[in-house]
Amino acid sequence: MINEHVNPSVGLFVTCLADLYRPSVAFAAVKLLEDAGVTVEVPRAQTCCGQPALNNGDLGHARVLAMQVIDAFAEFDYVVGPSGSCMGTIKTHYVELFEDDPEGLMKAQDLAERSHELISFLTDIMGISQIDATYDGTVTYHDSCAGLRELGIQEQPRRLLDGVQGIAFKELKDSIVCCGFGGTFCVKYPEISGKMVDDKCSRIEESGADTVLAGDLGCLLNIAGRLRRRGETTRVYHIAEVLAGMAGGPSIGDGEN
Amino acid sequence: MESKSHDFKVRSGQALKDPFLQSALENLSLGFVESRRKCAEALPEFEALRDLGKNIYDHTLENLDFYLRRYEEKVIESGGHVHWASTPDEACRIATDICDQAKAKKVIRGKSMIGEEMGINDALDEAGFETTETDLGEYILQLAEEPPSHIVAPAIHKTKDEISDLFQVYHADRGFTERQTERTALVQEARQVLRESFISADVGITGANFLIAETGSNIIVTNEGNGDLTCTLPKVHIVTAAIDKVIPSVEDAMVLLRLLGRSATGQEITAYTTFTTGPKRAEDDDGPEEYHVILLDNGRSTMLANEFRDMLRCIRCGACMNHCPVYGSVGGHAYGWVYPGPMGSVLTPMMVGLDKAVDLPNACTLNGRCQDVCPVRIPLPKLLRAHRTWQHERKFNSSVFRFGLGIWTFFARHPNLYQFCTRIVMSVMGSLGRRKGVFNRMPFAGGWTQARDLPTPQGKTFQAAWRAKQREKKQ
Ligand code: SF4
Repeated sequence: MINEHVNPSVGLFVTCLADLYRPSVAFAAVKLLEDAGVTVEVPRAQTCCGQPALNNGDLGHARVLAMQVIDAFAEFDYVVGPSGSCMGTIKTHYVELFEDDPEGLMKAQDLAERSHELISFLTDIMGISQIDATYDGTVTYHDSCAGLRELGIQEQPRRLLDGVQGIAFKELKDSIVCCGFGGTFCVKYPEISGKMVDDKCSRIEESGADTVLAGDLGCLLNIAGRLRRRGETTRVYHIAEVLAGMAGGPSIGDGEN
Repeated sequence: MESKSHDFKVRSGQALKDPFLQSALENLSLGFVESRRKCAEALPEFEALRDLGKNIYDHTLENLDFYLRRYEEKVIESGGHVHWASTPDEACRIATDICDQAKAKKVIRGKSMIGEEMGINDALDEAGFETTETDLGEYILQLAEEPPSHIVAPAIHKTKDEISDLFQVYHADRGFTERQTERTALVQEARQVLRESFISADVGITGANFLIAETGSNIIVTNEGNGDLTCTLPKVHIVTAAIDKVIPSVEDAMVLLRLLGRSATGQEITAYTTFTTGPKRAEDDDGPEEYHVILLDNGRSTMLANEFRDMLRCIRCGACMNHCPVYGSVGGHAYGWVYPGPMGSVLTPMMVGLDKAVDLPNACTLNGRCQDVCPVRIPLPKLLRAHRTWQHERKFNSSVFRFGLGIWTFFARHPNLYQFCTRIVMSVMGSLGRRKGVFNRMPFAGGWTQARDLPTPQGKTFQAAWRAKQREKKQ
């Protein structure tokens, strides 16, 4: 499905983690989208996609939050967010929430069709195969689970990274294995989550890369947190920051000095 | 088997600290995962087969009553008996009654998960029968008095050294006094000990991988051939199976067998695939004189009618646990009951009680890899979510957690208030942690900081920064 709109309008789904934790990811998303020729707006009435409620069985509140997103983004040609996890929720799980409510279901389906994760939107919808950017480093990439399995994002980020000048790309062994974040899982089962993210960090170390990228801030905060706990200095960025040429500042988990 | 699933957190903590278990689990993921991948890639129609497998079960489950009756008729026609049990206890009673009537002393078993579910070994022991497991892994566990930790490779957690010790202790009175340390020598020794049990057994009890309605046959697959001997040597053969094992035809079995070996161990087909239909006929040279089938429900007919029906497609291949990073971290015993891993986290609460296995459906990141490899496309993450919904409705999850989630949702529903408060909190966090880049500890975030540092936020929220930028542009 390639874009058919002239000068399409995109509502940016910021995602709560980018909003609160790392606004540079959302600014990078805006830049990439504008460079791709779309008009970006950021609806104010957005907070969270409702995944914490959905994944913890609180379907009532998940529905309320889903409806809030549906209403806030009703007007746009596309809804794009820098996260496979949130966009996976919007694209695949909202419709399940409204199975017994025909009107809600219609709205959820309509939103699902217009919604995309940032990187796959650039490649699959806007038809971009190369982005003009430079990054100096040996880079590896972790495939975040929801993006990979709910949205089929695997080859697109690699294709775009391939075109970035200065990057030496190294595949990560077990890149498709979960990093142990899992939303509330990581605080409910810290020991198991700790073992999983530790394995991930070992694979990153073995890859020989000095930078690890992914498309989801949840995974990135988890991985960066563990890398720093292990005393490692590997740089950790959201892929959008690198593609937008905005990976100059401190990486995730790095101080200012 | 008594469930210890309520203790998941403690048991998983212990498992993480067990170096032997950790190295065994590492090998498991290397072995089974790789061989399954190769096997699946080598078969162009593998994905189509998975669809077919799913469809076979969907059709069967839709008409389960019909196929079960058909199966029963055919078993009776071939001279066998069918017994229906709604609970494990009832199934065990039926089995021990059959053994009593056959005046049996010695019973041998072929590995089956349904036997574990029934707790049949304990029942046979209590009733005074001498029982021997004939699958090598199960035999080792019988000596060690431990439950299986994997549904296909039950003794995956045992090291070779531990097995050497066990054999030395238990085989001494059979004349094996030397401690063997080589793999083949150990197998050889077990084979000789087990051979005697095969020959002297009065009753053989097996499970069933599939029951075929068309012919009244039972199929078991093994790699050791112990299943064949258990079916044919003793004078009574008892098949124990769950009601969801029935499938319509031999043709369907061929589809499912092709999926099973590949998904379980990465074998195109297991070494032995054994069909048994009724007792020995007049023209047969060998085989049992009596053939019994015990069909166990144990909550499955309830699942047939609710949102967990998809789970009844399970062919017990173990691929979901082989690919599960949580199983790979803590192993099977942490789950506390018969079925571990993703399939166990769905099944166990249904069978031992929703309130007795609260952790299992939650101890999952919903990463979806299990669903990706499940040969019959069971939507495991969706079913785990469904459990969480049931728990939430029944208020089984912790009140502190519910409270936290409630607060988060309240703020998330009021964007203006949310943006106002988050702007303040993030700015404080940002300025406190800016220099170092991470927090090692943080109030209310102990779960996070136990395992990793908490990266510092950049300080401004995007919403605030974006609005400021828009205002600037306008001026
Ligand atoms: S749930 Fe699927 S993958 Fe897991 S044991 Fe059953 S059939 Fe195999």
